[in-house]
Amino acid sequence: MADLVQRSVSRRTLLKGGAAVAALGGVSAFLAACGSSTATTAPSAAAASAAAASTAPSAAAASTAPSAAAPSAAGSITFGSNYSDPVPQKAFADTMAAFTQKTGIQCTINTVEHNKFQDTINAYLQATPDDCFTWFAGYRMRFFAAQGLATDISDVWQTIGANFSDAFKTASTGDDGKQYFVPLYNYPWVVIYRKSFWQAKGYQVPKTIDDFTKLGDQMKKDGLIPLAFADKDGWPAMGTFDILNMRLNGYDFHIGLMAGKEKWTDPKVVTVFQEWAKLLPYFDPQPLGLTWQEAAQKLINKQAGMYFLGTFAGQQASDQATHDDLDFFPWPLHGTPYDSEMAIDAPIDGFMVSAKAKNLDGAKAAMEFLGSAEAANTYLATDPNDVAANKNADTSKYNAFQKSSATIIAGANKIAQFLDRDTRPDFAGANGMQGFLQTFLKNPTQDLNKFLSGIQSFYDSLPPQ
Amino acid sequence: MSSSSVPYAPPAAAGGASPSTGRKRRKRFSLLTRRDKLTLGLMVGIPAFIHIFLIWLPTIGSIVLSFTSWNGIGGLDKIKFIGFKNYENLFSNYPPFWPAFENNLIWLGAFLLIATPLGMLMAVILDQNIKGTRIYQSVLYMPVVLSLAIVGFIAQLMYSPNMGFINNFLVAVTGDPKWTASGTAIDWLGTPGLNFAMVLIAAGWRHVGYVMVLYLAGLKSVDNTLREAAAIDGANARQTFFRVVFPVLAPINVVVLVVTIIESLRAFDIVYIINKGLNGLGLLSVLITNNILGEASLIGFGSAIAVILLLISIGPIIYYLARTMGREAE
Repeated sequence: MADLVQRSVSRRTLLKGGAAVAALGGVSAFLAACGSSTATTAPSAAAASAAAASTAPSAAAASTAPSAAAPSAAGSITFGSNYSDPVPQKAFADTMAAFTQKTGIQCTINTVEHNKFQDTINAYLQATPDDCFTWFAGYRMRFFAAQGLATDISDVWQTIGANFSDAFKTASTGDDGKQYFVPLYNYPWVVIYRKSFWQAKGYQVPKTIDDFTKLGDQMKKDGLIPLAFADKDGWPAMGTFDILNMRLNGYDFHIGLMAGKEKWTDPKVVTVFQEWAKLLPYFDPQPLGLTWQEAAQKLINKQAGMYFLGTFAGQQASDQATHDDLDFFPWPLHGTPYDSEMAIDAPIDGFMVSAKAKNLDGAKAAMEFLGSAEAANTYLATDPNDVAANKNADTSKYNAFQKSSATIIAGANKIAQFLDRDTRPDFAGANGMQGFLQTFLKNPTQDLNKFLSGIQSFYDSLPPQ
Repeated sequence: MSSSSVPYAPPAAAGGASPSTGRKRRKRFSLLTRRDKLTLGLMVGIPAFIHIFLIWLPTIGSIVLSFTSWNGIGGLDKIKFIGFKNYENLFSNYPPFWPAFENNLIWLGAFLLIATPLGMLMAVILDQNIKGTRIYQSVLYMPVVLSLAIVGFIAQLMYSPNMGFINNFLVAVTGDPKWTASGTAIDWLGTPGLNFAMVLIAAGWRHVGYVMVLYLAGLKSVDNTLREAAAIDGANARQTFFRVVFPVLAPINVVVLVVTIIESLRAFDIVYIINKGLNGLGLLSVLITNNILGEASLIGFGSAIAVILLLISIGPIIYYLARTMGREAE
C-alpha cells in the first residue's frame, strides 16, 4: 500500500505539466528498449510509435485531474491500443475519457498501428506492457492466458457477468476455466451492397448460391465486378475460406480443422477449394495488388456490386448518406445440411489486463467499466459499425446498419471468430495460411491435393504447443 | 633466456645473481606508463567488448538457436534442442523458402549487373562538367536520402492497379479506361514476378544515386595528367576510361562492390512495407522477421533462416577482408 501511495505521488509529480504525457511515453519507450534482450527491436519500435501517438484523452485527463487530492486508489493506468484507424481511435478515446470522469483514474492511451500491434504482441507483453491492452477473443486470447502473459479477471466477471450472454462468457474464458477478457463489441462478416444502386438496377438479395451466381452473371453483363475482393495483405481471403468451409462442411468441422483435429488433406477441404474456384469468376480478378480499403472504395464507387467483408468496411464510407446507403446480407446458402446453422464469422474485440500490470486495481476498475453498458454505448456512439457485446447496451440508438448486424448475429446458430483468431498464429500468419491462400488465388486450377498436402505438412512441421 | 637453462633456482639466488640486469630489462619493457597502458587497455578493450557482445554473441546465439524449438515466451529453460529438424523443415515443408532464396540472388544480380553499372555510367557522364551537372547530381542523389521504407510507400502510390499513378497516367494519355479497370489493368503489385521487378526498379532507383555519388567522388580524385598522358598516347575516351581510369579506381571499385552486396543482402524494408514479402516478394530477411518478430514466434526456425543468410553473406565478407588485409600486408 505504501508503495502504491508513493507511486501515485511520483506519478502526480510527473504528470504536472502538459509535456509530462510525452515524458511518460518517452520513459516507457526507453524501458521497453531496455527490456527483454531477445527481441528488443519490436517492443521499442512499438513503444516509440506509441509514444508519438499518445493521444488527446490522456492530455485531457492530465489537465482535468485533481491536482491536490487524488484518491489513493485512483492513480493512473496505461492502455495499449490497436484502435489506430481514425474512427475507432476517437471512439475509444471518448470511452476512456468517460472512464476517467467516472472514477478519477487517469488513462494514457498508447495507440499502435493495428497490424504492427498484432505482429509485436508477444514481445510487447513480455517487455514493459501497458496495464491493459486491446485484444480479440479466440485461440490467441487463450494462448496468452495459458502462457501466463495475462491476468485472471474472474473477480471482475462476478460484477459484469450479468451483462453478457453465456456465449460471450465462453469466448472470454481461458483453457483453465477462468476469465481473461472483457468483450466490447463484435461484427459479422457479410455481403455488403449499396441499396440505392441495387434498387436502380433492380437487383434482388440472393438467398441461395444459385441466385448468387445468376445475380453475378447479370452484374457482369451490366459491366460490374460482381464481388469486390482484395488480398494484398493476405488475411481478407481467410474470411471467404471460413464461410465456404462452414457452409459446405459445417461449423464443427471448421473449428476442428482450425484446432488441428481435422486434416487439411481431407476431401471435405478439397471441395471447399473446388467450390471457391467455381465462384472465382465472380470475384475481382486482380485481388492481390489491392488492400481492403481499395476494394471497399470500388463498392462505394459502384464499380463493384457486392463486397464480402466484416462490417468495418463501412468505415470507408466518408459521409453519412453513403453509410446509410449500405446494407448487407449473410453469405448465401449452398444447399447442404449445414445451411440451418447459418454459421458466420463474427469476431469479438475487447480488452485484457497484462500479467505485468503495474496498477492492477486501476486496470481491474477499467475492465469493470469497459464491461458496463455505459462503455459500450459511449464507444458505439462514435463507431456505429459494430454491435455491442453487452446485452444491456442501449440498442434503441442503433442505426439501420447496426440493427441488421444484430439481426444477422442473432440469427446465426454458430459463430466463429476468424481463421487467424481460431487457429495458432504461427500457422495463420504471413508465414503460413496467408501465403497459401494467395497461392490458390494465383492458380485456382492447380492440383488441389498437392496444394493441401503442402498446407498439412507445414502444419505438422510446427512445434507442439 | 638464461633462466631456461636452470629449471629451478631459489628466488634469492636468482635475484642476487643479476639484480641490475633484471631491473634494467624490466625498465626496457615498460616504455609505456601506467596511464598509457590504461588508455591502450580501454582503446582495445571497449571495442573488443562491443564486438564480442554485439557481433559474436548474437551470431553464435543465432546458430545455437537454429537447432532449437522456442516460442520466445518464458525463460531459457523453455528452449528445446531438436537437432537439424528446423533445417529439414526449411528445405522440405516451408514453401516460401526457395522463392525467397532465389529472390535474394536475383536482387544481388540485378544490382551488380544493372543498377551499379548504371550508377557508374551516370557518374562518368556527370564528371564531364556538362551544363547543369549539379542539378542532375542532386536529382539522382535525392532518393538516397529516403529510407527504403519510404521508397516502398512511394512505390505503392505509383503501382496501385486502380488508383496508382502509372495506370491513371496511362488512362490520361491514351483516353482508354481499360488501364485502370479491374481485369485489364496491369497489376504491378499483385502479379508475381512483375511485382518483384517493379520493386527492383524502385530499389534500384535509389541504389543508382548511391553508387553515382561514391563513384563521382572517386573520379574527382583521379589525377588529370593520367588522362592527358593517355590522350597524348592516342587513346580514345573509351580506352582512356577502361584502360587507365578504371584500374586507378580499384579501391573505389571494391567499396562499390561491397556496398552493392550489402545493400542486396540486407534488402528488407521496401518489400515488408508493400506486403510483408507475400506473393512472390519474399526475401530471406523478411522470412526471418515473419518467423521471429511476428506473432508466429518460431525463434528457432527463424534462426535457421538467419544462419542460411549468414552463410550467403560470408562469401563476400571473406573476399572483402582478404582484399583489404592483403593490401595492408603489402
